[in-house]
Amino acid sequence: MGSYATRAEHCCIAVAECFRGDGEILANPIGTIPMIGGRLARASFEPDLVMTDGEALLIAGARPVGVDDAPKIVEAWNPYRSMFDLVWSGRRHVMMGASQIDVHGNQNFAFVGDWERPKAQLLGFRGAPGNTIQNTTSYWIPNHSARVFVPQVDVVSGVGYDRAAQLGAAGRFHGIRRVVTNLAVLDFETDDRRMRLREVHPGVSVEEVVAATGFELAIADEVAESRAPSGEELRLIREVIDPTGSREQEVPHT
Amino acid sequence: MTDKRISEDDVVSEIRDGMTIGIGGWGSRRKPMSLVRAIARSDVRDLTVVSYGGPDVGLLCAVGKVRKVVYAFCSLDSIALEPHFRNARQAGTVTTLELDEGMFLLGLQAAAWRVPFLPTRVGLGSDLMRQAEIRTVVSPYDDGEELVAAPALTLDVALVHMHRGDAGGNGQYLNVDPYFDDLFCMAAARRFMSVERIVETDELASGGPIQSLRINRLMTDGVIEARYGAHFSECVPDYGRDEAFQREYALSATSPEALEGWKAKYLDCGGHEQYRKVAGLNAELANG
Repeated sequence: MGSYATRAEHCCIAVAECFRGDGEILANPIGTIPMIGGRLARASFEPDLVMTDGEALLIAGARPVGVDDAPKIVEAWNPYRSMFDLVWSGRRHVMMGASQIDVHGNQNFAFVGDWERPKAQLLGFRGAPGNTIQNTTSYWIPNHSARVFVPQVDVVSGVGYDRAAQLGAAGRFHGIRRVVTNLAVLDFETDDRRMRLREVHPGVSVEEVVAATGFELAIADEVAESRAPSGEELRLIREVIDPTGSREQEVPHT
Repeated sequence: MTDKRISEDDVVSEIRDGMTIGIGGWGSRRKPMSLVRAIARSDVRDLTVVSYGGPDVGLLCAVGKVRKVVYAFCSLDSIALEPHFRNARQAGTVTTLELDEGMFLLGLQAAAWRVPFLPTRVGLGSDLMRQAEIRTVVSPYDDGEELVAAPALTLDVALVHMHRGDAGGNGQYLNVDPYFDDLFCMAAARRFMSVERIVETDELASGGPIQSLRINRLMTDGVIEARYGAHFSECVPDYGRDEAFQREYALSATSPEALEGWKAKYLDCGGHEQYRKVAGLNAELANG
């Protein structure tokens, strides 16, 4: 097996790194590369993570994504009603998508345009308000562009740092750890909690990320390249967790 | 024990213009579609629909039955966005109360417990709070924290679909998630449950784990036997989602002509028995 890792595989590693240090919590990555990254974290450096099958079961092991009939090792039952108990207790780290996100991490996937007659009806608020105010949140954005990284979101479904700060004590459980994209890894580790460019994937320049972002990013003193997978991590991704290569559909070769 | 067996048309006869209707299931899973289609064929209008939304919301919007949708999402699962609901929103023909999924649960629970709201942190800082219908409350205890008062979602009518039930209105689910169907029933003045099969009461407990007996007859006013009553939404283990049929349904959102064609075929054909024939659903349930 070659040790050369694709962009998609770097994204999987960057997602896995979001869950580093989380210990025994529900890691709830939503989407293809988030699922691969989450399961990779558990199969390697975060073995105590608890994960769902995408529905009502908590399952063990590094079950492959995109293989519907792969066997499940069921650890526990977690219907939607129990999921809210977990969210509101804070023992969860969710990774969601975003149609729009701003410099403070305010996120929108509800709709674009007017409240009464949106230009584009999207998902609705789903669980974003509760997720962001009650447990740790990260975002996965497979199409880093100025259409997504906007100066102001049309609707705030997921709460950003500026709004959480205004809540005072009521915002104490809010936290956005990372934003992983097809180009870069971003965080909010700045004095004023503005979004910061932390790492770029190999082959991506800082200028490219800046140009694809519709607001002024803070930029780390040294923007590192995102970490490459180890040989064992590559094996886990390619042979165990994503044997059908669905990651390469989400982030194609460049 | 009173025999509560009735028909889809009996349910429709209890629904008035302007009522608030809660519909159980989740997305395109275990939706009481035979009841939804019966409403779609009726002359009822101006409904407020409260739902973890799927094709129930979409179909009722498409045929002009809906004034307002109370929702957190509206999805066909394998098709992420409900296309008829999108059309209605983007044409401005329905208003909404936007909710978080968990706030929705609290609203049903509040209605079921007959309190005006339940406190939560969910919604704080988000644009849900831009809606006049969602307000805050200050904790009367020493913390003095300001919380969201998730409003009770009190329903005139609840419609749910279960796998099995008895004539008295006890109900059983056999899939992995009860969703919130019991809460929908508890939050409503009138409660109607369709089931895949009506069985003798003593067959319920022997047909699945005791925890699957989620609906009891205190929660229901009428029970409708409707094999394939959730079609085309998922109703495992009896049947999976009919993906081909769902794609055809989704395509009916692409033009008014396409919608007319779909309605002519699957609504104008008549009640659930006729629909089953047109949709080719005459096989026995695998699990039945």
